[in-house]
Amino acid sequence: METFIANLLNGLSWGMLLFLISVGLTTVFGVLGVLNFAHGSFFMLGAYLCMQIMHVVPSFWIGILVGPMLVALLGVIVERLLLRRVYGRDITFQLLLTFAILLVLDDAVRLVWGPGYHVVEAPALLAGTVPLFFHSYPVYRLFLVAAGPVIGGALWSFFHFTRWGRVVRAAAADREMAAGVGIRVPALFTAVFALGTWLAAIGGALAAPHQSLAPSMGERIIIESFIVVVVGGMGSFPGAFAGALLLGLLESFGTVFAGRAQMALPFILLALVLLVRPRGFFGREG
Amino acid sequence: MDARKSTSPALRAGLAAMVLVLAAAPLVMPVYWTIILTEIFIMGLFAMSFNLLLGYTGLLSFGQAGFFGVGAYAAALLILNNCSSLGLILAAGILGGGVAAAVIGYFCVKRDEIYFAMITLGFGMMLYTIAHNWIEVTGGSDGLPVSAVPAFGFAGLEIQLAEPRNMYLFVLAVSLGEVYLLWRLVRSPFGLLLSAVRENKERLAFVGANVAVVRLVSFTIAGALAGLAGGLFCLFNCMATPDFMHWSYSARPVLMTILGGSGIFLGPACGAAIFFVLEQLITNVTENWMIVLGAILIPVVVYFPRGILGTVWARLHREREGGRS
Repeated sequence: METFIANLLNGLSWGMLLFLISVGLTTVFGVLGVLNFAHGSFFMLGAYLCMQIMHVVPSFWIGILVGPMLVALLGVIVERLLLRRVYGRDITFQLLLTFAILLVLDDAVRLVWGPGYHVVEAPALLAGTVPLFFHSYPVYRLFLVAAGPVIGGALWSFFHFTRWGRVVRAAAADREMAAGVGIRVPALFTAVFALGTWLAAIGGALAAPHQSLAPSMGERIIIESFIVVVVGGMGSFPGAFAGALLLGLLESFGTVFAGRAQMALPFILLALVLLVRPRGFFGREG
Repeated sequence: MDARKSTSPALRAGLAAMVLVLAAAPLVMPVYWTIILTEIFIMGLFAMSFNLLLGYTGLLSFGQAGFFGVGAYAAALLILNNCSSLGLILAAGILGGGVAAAVIGYFCVKRDEIYFAMITLGFGMMLYTIAHNWIEVTGGSDGLPVSAVPAFGFAGLEIQLAEPRNMYLFVLAVSLGEVYLLWRLVRSPFGLLLSAVRENKERLAFVGANVAVVRLVSFTIAGALAGLAGGLFCLFNCMATPDFMHWSYSARPVLMTILGGSGIFLGPACGAAIFFVLEQLITNVTENWMIVLGAILIPVVVYFPRGILGTVWARLHREREGGRS
């Protein structure tokens, strides 16, 4: 029972991080039609910038506030200068462009912060452990489990109950029609891409006290979030949520029943979904 | 791209001359460049196997290194089990890459476009994970070092491949054979079928072709050829490591193809040459060669939609046509 709860919480906390990354990836794809390979790099940049800011102002909360905003600003620049030029082009070029951005960002991180590991301390409020049956459990992971639904719920409300959210969904459904009714689509694209990079970066900043920072952290998350969006259905908000939780839980419980083969579980899930329902749980036909 | 254009005598003579120059090159070239050129041939083969998917079938695979790695491991395992036949070793590479691609391809061809890229990336990393963790067979992160590469038996002679020039000629011969087979393949009716999948899969399905099967066959052939390149690379490098399967390795043929141009038959191989010369030049100056590569790639993607070579080719073509009219 005790290990069950610990695994459940571990799975949920990792699933929440995956959800934040996947929902940004899927929203950008839904509206802009571009799959952002560099999404994991923005995640990593969020974590590193949060750490860097904490060196100047020793507060995690300032770091998590300012870091992701800087990354979103970078997102605006990337969209304005680069992505905008390839919207009409073949998907190969869009993928390659974001891949080139990934190469630059990943190597830049290695250049600035070095190839080694860095550790970010959890804020005093969330440091330490709480008793869980006969053992103790880190408070910060409980915080992640709670933060995921809060941010997810806020996003969901934003998309469904605010004017701006409806505009975004309208543009995702039909770009030309949205332009026809007077939505400034280019500005909207910039805003959505900035939102996507902000979500990735806030995921990174939240992940910083949870795992150690290394230049390879973007790579793992992008591959897993690819699996999440294919399993959940590309462009689907609930799909990203369900896929992320499923993958998080599968990985944490996998250590119990699969042992060393646990690392193959995400791929087995991917193969099964492709076999049974190729468009993903919540994917639309077509 | 016009694969059906018949080869003119002049072109044939040109090709024969090029082959002769390449075969004679190690006589005058420094050993260092002989080794670099050998690696370019192997990576050129790898890139051409990838371009069978991208340029001919219209599928962007981000997991091609998985099959390259399977080929390398198959070759390494055979050598470590005292197999002395080079033909058998390379055949194991082809078979390993082909079988892995047939199984994984079965799932991948269910989706196309970006999904295909994401799924192949995922499964390629699955192979990487397996190579990394199945220590009993693959040696884990250290990989499988191959100490003694078998000699090449030719006309009663034992030719040692440890000598770079012999290795160069061996790789050149295998590469030329594979390039010839690929050339025949893309000019065959099946090659036209591949182009039809790329150009308009709906219409192809309407006239009765099974798009998924055509894609799977193409994926399997590409995987087998990547496996052959991997097997060669294992002989060349005396090593098979999980790094060969990592997605950053899968990105290599993608970059080479984009540098050279996917629309030209030999474009990816030329791209491999551009890639390696760039790598040599840049790593002389700085260790961070990926950031420079990315910085080069961004304008290439934005301004040279057909690759560097492809764009130059198209411009030359237009000028020639312009002169004629």
